[in-house]
Amino acid sequence: MRHLMSPMDFSVEELEKLMDLANDIEKNPEKYSEKCKGKKLATCFYEPSTRTRLSFESAMMNLGGQVLGFASADSSSVAKGESVSDTIRVISCYADICAMRHPKEGAPLVASKKSLIPVINAGDGGHEHPTQTLTDLLTIRSLKGNIGNMTIGLCGDLKFGRTVHSLINALVRYENIKFILISPGELRVPGYIRHDVLERNNIPFEEVERLEDAMPELDILYMTRVQRERFFNEEEYLRMKGFYILDEEKMELAKKEMYVLHPLPRVNEISVEVDEDERAAYFKQAQYGVYIRMALILTLLGMAE
Amino acid sequence: MLNISGIHEGYVLDHIRAGKAMKLYNYLHLSDFDGTVAMIMNVESSKMGRKDIIKIEGPLDTIDLDVLGYFDHNITVNVIHGDKIVDKKILRLPKKITNVITCNNPRCITSIEQGLDQVFVLADEEKKLYRCQYCEEKYSSKGHRK
Repeated sequence: MRHLMSPMDFSVEELEKLMDLANDIEKNPEKYSEKCKGKKLATCFYEPSTRTRLSFESAMMNLGGQVLGFASADSSSVAKGESVSDTIRVISCYADICAMRHPKEGAPLVASKKSLIPVINAGDGGHEHPTQTLTDLLTIRSLKGNIGNMTIGLCGDLKFGRTVHSLINALVRYENIKFILISPGELRVPGYIRHDVLERNNIPFEEVERLEDAMPELDILYMTRVQRERFFNEEEYLRMKGFYILDEEKMELAKKEMYVLHPLPRVNEISVEVDEDERAAYFKQAQYGVYIRMALILTLLGMAE
Repeated sequence: MLNISGIHEGYVLDHIRAGKAMKLYNYLHLSDFDGTVAMIMNVESSKMGRKDIIKIEGPLDTIDLDVLGYFDHNITVNVIHGDKIVDKKILRLPKKITNVITCNNPRCITSIEQGLDQVFVLADEEKKLYRCQYCEEKYSSKGHRK
């Protein structure tokens, strides 16, 4: 039985298969609409994350399956002190597959070791959020035709941004990827990403402070939010806050086929005027999130063929 | 001069840094071991100045010595059989260590889940770096080892 704990659990070839399936689902949704009839997905969310939970539920419903679960720890037996190991043993009796979100890092791994059904990590603290990374990869591949031979800009809080670290880890396995890392000095990618991932794999990358400087070179721009409280002082925040807000003016500097991605929710780092731009792909990305979760559910249930 | 007799079958762990034998005793869970253990501490050594020695009398393969590599790979492990040294084990860093060190990350599931083993996996042999199997944080010895 297979689980998904990290995007690196799948080889590049397996990811290609998964994304092929997701694209086939996108083109022929009716072909899959009853694939999971009689199957149940348990969404065990120990902390609220409406977007991810609804994406999983939508994915299972699109496959003709049913969903059950809980949306916060308060409404589950964890409030009575039940361990993750015990909870998953019980859930294994109720459902065929489980998506688990937990504030503690490694909780889904603990669950997978005791589970009788496939477990999907739907986010564990600051550690992993593999279905977000799979969503990002599928979006890039669907928009550009393939993953590789491109310059990818990652902008915003690159120090604490879990989605960014996961995405870099996943992308270094593809051919000829260059990164431009756009962030304030205090929010640069952590040393272990720079040394152990980028330098060790001989991946070309640049670090810049201003988004404008990077725009003309990019094929993909992955935006994340820079939070005010992450800055060391107010003065720095005021000096730099405009650097990381994407607006029409900055979009004019970009290539005609440079797509903008964002894990959402956005606050103000992308002006709403950019939504009308054909290159704004972040809502499409949310749709791809459903397709990849459908493909993942089918694959882990052994129903992909 | 204190004399401790030789052993018929078991291990002699030599060249332990002086003062560390008790810690090693705990790491190896020797309090649960059903054999004779002699702790010889602060012995004069031409190589080390002072050293500790542990003699363990009992059937071979009853003690998991893998953890010694993590603790200090300079320790000499003499394997005794029929009153003679029959082997000297070369210590390597174990690929995985269980219930020897604990995760310091307060966000890790090991901080709340009952009965969960503390498992660390060797991530970088050169740097002697271990990461928690669950949260993948690297192990920092602060507050744990001197």
